[in-house]
Formats: sequence, C-alpha cells, structure tokens
Amino acid sequence: MTAIFSKPWIWSFLATIAVFIATIGFTAGASTLGLAQAALTFAAFSIIVGLGQMFVITLGPGNVDLSIPATMTLSGTVALKLMDTNNDLILVGILSALAIGVVVGILNYGLIKLLRIPPIIATLSSSFIIQSTAIWYNRGIRIKPPDVLANFATASTFGIPNVAIIALAISAIAWVLLEKGIYGRWVSAIGQNLRAARLAGVPVDGVRFTTYVLCATLAALCGFLLSCFSGGAALNMGAEYLLISIAVVVIGGTAVAGGFANVPGTWGASLFMFLVVSMLNTYQASAGVRMLLTGVIIIAVILAASRKQSA
Amino acid sequence: MRLLSADTLRLLVPALSLAVLLAAVFWLQPRTMSYTGLNLLFNLAVPIALATIAQMLIMMVNDLDLSMGTFVSFVACVTATFLNTDPLIGVLILAGCIALYAALGVVIYLRNLPSIVVTLGMSFVWGGLAVLMLPSPGGASPEWIRWLMTSKPPLVPMAIVASVVIAIVAHWLVMRSAFGVVLRGVGGNQRSVERAGWSIVRARAAAYALAGFFAVLAGMALVGLTTSADANIALRYTLLSTAGVILGGGEFVGGRVSPVGAVIGALTLTLAASFLSFLRIPPDWQIGAQGAILILVLALRLVLNRREAAESAK
Repeated sequence: MTAIFSKPWIWSFLATIAVFIATIGFTAGASTLGLAQAALTFAAFSIIVGLGQMFVITLGPGNVDLSIPATMTLSGTVALKLMDTNNDLILVGILSALAIGVVVGILNYGLIKLLRIPPIIATLSSSFIIQSTAIWYNRGIRIKPPDVLANFATASTFGIPNVAIIALAISAIAWVLLEKGIYGRWVSAIGQNLRAARLAGVPVDGVRFTTYVLCATLAALCGFLLSCFSGGAALNMGAEYLLISIAVVVIGGTAVAGGFANVPGTWGASLFMFLVVSMLNTYQASAGVRMLLTGVIIIAVILAASRKQSA
Repeated sequence: MRLLSADTLRLLVPALSLAVLLAAVFWLQPRTMSYTGLNLLFNLAVPIALATIAQMLIMMVNDLDLSMGTFVSFVACVTATFLNTDPLIGVLILAGCIALYAALGVVIYLRNLPSIVVTLGMSFVWGGLAVLMLPSPGGASPEWIRWLMTSKPPLVPMAIVASVVIAIVAHWLVMRSAFGVVLRGVGGNQRSVERAGWSIVRARAAAYALAGFFAVLAGMALVGLTTSADANIALRYTLLSTAGVILGGGEFVGGRVSPVGAVIGALTLTLAASFLSFLRIPPDWQIGAQGAILILVLALRLVLNRREAAESAK
C-alpha cells in the first residue's frame, strides 16, 4: 500500500476519482457513461500535447515549449485547407500536419541552440511567427474536415472514443521510450545534470533536438485531430492548451525541475482537469466561480502532493 | 573595452536596440518627434514597465510569475470599481493582494513547489475574481490616477518622466540597497545567503511582496490611461513582462537582473508595436514581425556577449 502511495502519479488519479464521484453524485448517476466518454475524449487532446511537453520539461530547468498553441492552429489550418473536404487527400493532410510539427521543432531548437536564447523566449518568439503564418494562410476561413475524418474523430470503438485510443497508443509508445528505451534515460539524465550527462557521453544536443521536434510534432498531431473533431480549425483553438499542457504535466507528478517524467500521471491529471470543469458546470457555477475554483483546486492538489523543503 | 564594466555592457544592447528602433520610427514618421508624438508612442509603456519590474523581482529569486497578466487585469478591475467608489475597501483589497503575494513566495519556498505551476493556478484565481467583479467591461478611473497619468509636465512627456522614475527607484531598490543585495543573493546562491545568517523565508516574502506592489501599480497606471477596465485587459502582460526582462539583459536564473534594462526592454516592446504599424506591415504579419524583432535583438546580444567573453579571455 505504501508502495502505491509513494508513486507520484497516484494523487492525480485519487483526485480524478473524487471529482468524478462528486459529479455523478450530483446528477444521481444519470449521465455516468456520457461523462466518462466526454472526459476521455477531451482528456485525449490534453494528453497528446501534455506528453510532448512532459519530455521537454524533463530536459531540465527553463525547458518549456510555449509554441504548442500556435503549432496546433497552424497544423489544423494547413491540413484542412490542403484536404479541402476531399476524402482522398486524408494522407496528404496527415503528412502535412506532421511535417509542420517537424519544421516547427527544428525552428525552435535552432533558435535555442544557435542564438543561445532561453527556451521560453525562443518558443515564444517562434510562436508569434507561426501564429502569423496561420493567420496569413487562410485568414480565419473555416474549412470543414473530410467527412471520413470527422466521423472517425467523433466516433467510438467498443464504447471508447477513437481519439482516446490514439492517445493511449501514443502514451504506450511514450512509456516504452521513457522507461525501457535509451532515449528516455538520456532525457532524464540531461534533466538531472546536464554536465554529468555530457561527460558520460550522452549526445546532449541530439537528444534535446529530438525532444523539441517530438513535442512540436505531437502538438501538430493534436491540432490536426482537434480540428477534425470540432469540425474545422479556428485561429484561437490552441489557446487554452498552453496552460493545460504545463498543468497536466506537473499535476501528473513530473518534476518541474526536470529529470523525472511520468506518463500515467499525465492521464490522471488530464482527466482531472476536464472533470473539474464539468463538475463545476454540473453545479451550474458562473464562469467567474468556475475559474476561481479551478485555480484553487489546482493549487490544493499541488500542495497536497508537495513535500517539505529538505534542508 | 576595458572602460566598460560587464554590467554596463549588459545594458548596451537594450539601450542600442531602443535607440535604433526610435530612430527608425522618427525616420518613418517625423511627426512623432514632438512632445505629443513621444507621449503617444510611450504612453502604454508605463504600466508595462511596472509589470516588467514586478516580473524581474520574481525572476531575481529564480521563479517565474505566469499570473502577471491576470493579476494586473484583476488590479485594474479593483481600481476601476472599488478604489473609485469606496477607496478604503479598494486599498484594503490591494493590500491584501500584496500580502497574498508575500504568502505565495513563502509557500513556494517552504513546500518546495514549482513557481510556474502555482502562479498558473493563481492566474485562474485572479481571472475568476476579475470576471466576478466586472463581468463586462466598465468601471471608471479614480480622478487622481487619471490626473497623474495624463498630466503634462513641461518639456518631457509624462510617459518618459514616469519611466525614468520607475527605473531609478527600481535600480536603487535592487542594485544599491542592502536589501536588494540579499534578494539577488537568494537568486545567485541561496545556501550562502542562508549561511551568512539571513532568513531566506523573509527575503523571498519581501521579493514577492515587492513584485505584488509593482504589479498593483501597473494595474492602477493602466486604468489611469484607459479610464475603464475589463477582466482581460492585461492578459498580454505575462509574456510582455517576461520578454521585457530578458530583452533588458536579465537572466532566468542566478539573480542576474537589470532594473534599468528591464524598463528599457518594456519601452522597446511598446515601440516595436508602433514601428510595425508605421511600416504598414499587413496586420496578418504584425505579431510575427514582433517575434522577429525579439529574435533579432537577442542575436545582437549573443554577438556582443561573445565579444565580451573574448575580451576577458585576453
């Protein structure tokens, strides 16, 4: 039992269960299945961007990708415009979305490495440029996704939303990379001590480069899925994912100082974040109260999971 | 180059960027080269400069405040409502906010919490409170703030006077006073400051309280200029303030900050927006061009820093 409670991800799951019970308790279990499905769907998007952010944050202090929202917007806009509601061009759309992710990742790391800009400022500056590109590319005209894709993104298989299945598959790969593969060891080693990692022969630049590209690619994929799910790309569709991507990583038990990542916790935290909002909706709280309580709950969860300063 | 200390060199890039940008604006639009023109160019820089100083104080102790934008918006809402109608309650709320900032600084340290996440949570709290207070844009600026922000001192516009005053006060607090040395020490080497007998808890509480104070001033100054407030009025300030500190030569870790540089950074960011609109850059690309300017200035700094390193290696 103590072994389970010492896991950093357990808190986010306990909190999720508590919020879930509090919500269905209020509706007397009327919409349990619907709520669970909605939670899995919306959490899936947070998980996909959260996993990318998790690897970046694990690289150590100061590493964070602020270009996620802009990347999501650009990949959704470009992919939907290229496909132009044509089912035959789905492959082109997916590949263009992924290509955008790779290019953004290269741009981000190029700025960080060549100009020695702190990642926060580098990804912030590049996000301005990416956002402008998205605005210029289609001037906010909303193009529908091809119906095959739209149906896929909104449908479920055996009761589980398809997007959640994709998120699960990506999480499984991320977990294997992190826990079993050399890449995960390298990322953690760099986050724990960059100098030591370099001296131990870890290809620091290569690993950091790969991580930023991975994060941007996942953001692009998420933008693609989200725009298919919501019936079109909007210029502000990524906006809320900046805070969410960071919040789910940290609430999920990944060390914000780097060096220790946690895949299961990202799931717990993503479900938790969605359920908190839907619980407050069920209680018919006003927008202000909803935000206020979301903030208070986030801080309370972090406080509960925190440890005292070791001298 | 010997004549220039490292700190002066650190200020050189931001000062140079500002000068170049200002020259470019004058060249594009000669009419800005006047009292009114300068006032219009830099008017909105005052609240941004105050928020940038606030962010700098947080970054000085190796933290980052992601709630800066929502907090300044919240303060603006308080200023436009309570401070205007019931000054006493308004002052009490704002004093409570500063106390809360101090408490945050202590809790983040004692519980070993990541500042990014705690302030992220706080951004929801401030945002929620602001929406509750002013669900739709409104309120009015207290008369005296309006008077102060729109007053016209002789020769030099108010925006410039205010920026200089902010820079001098912050410089004195952070770089000259004994208190500032301890605070920068917390960012540089916490353990040695502790060994020397200073209380880290007290120092961090002071840094956060001071940051809260400057952020409160930023919100009040903003309302003085806009005359009304809404819950989203200053959301951009989180990014602007962080970028301003970095542009001004500050670092994310190690207590290396420059208050004068931070104010210059804030002025540069404000000017960049006007510069782009004078250039008639299509609106689609305005944000992108702002990003490009940011990258350009940082590249310039890299070149100068390399030179500095080469000089000291000789």
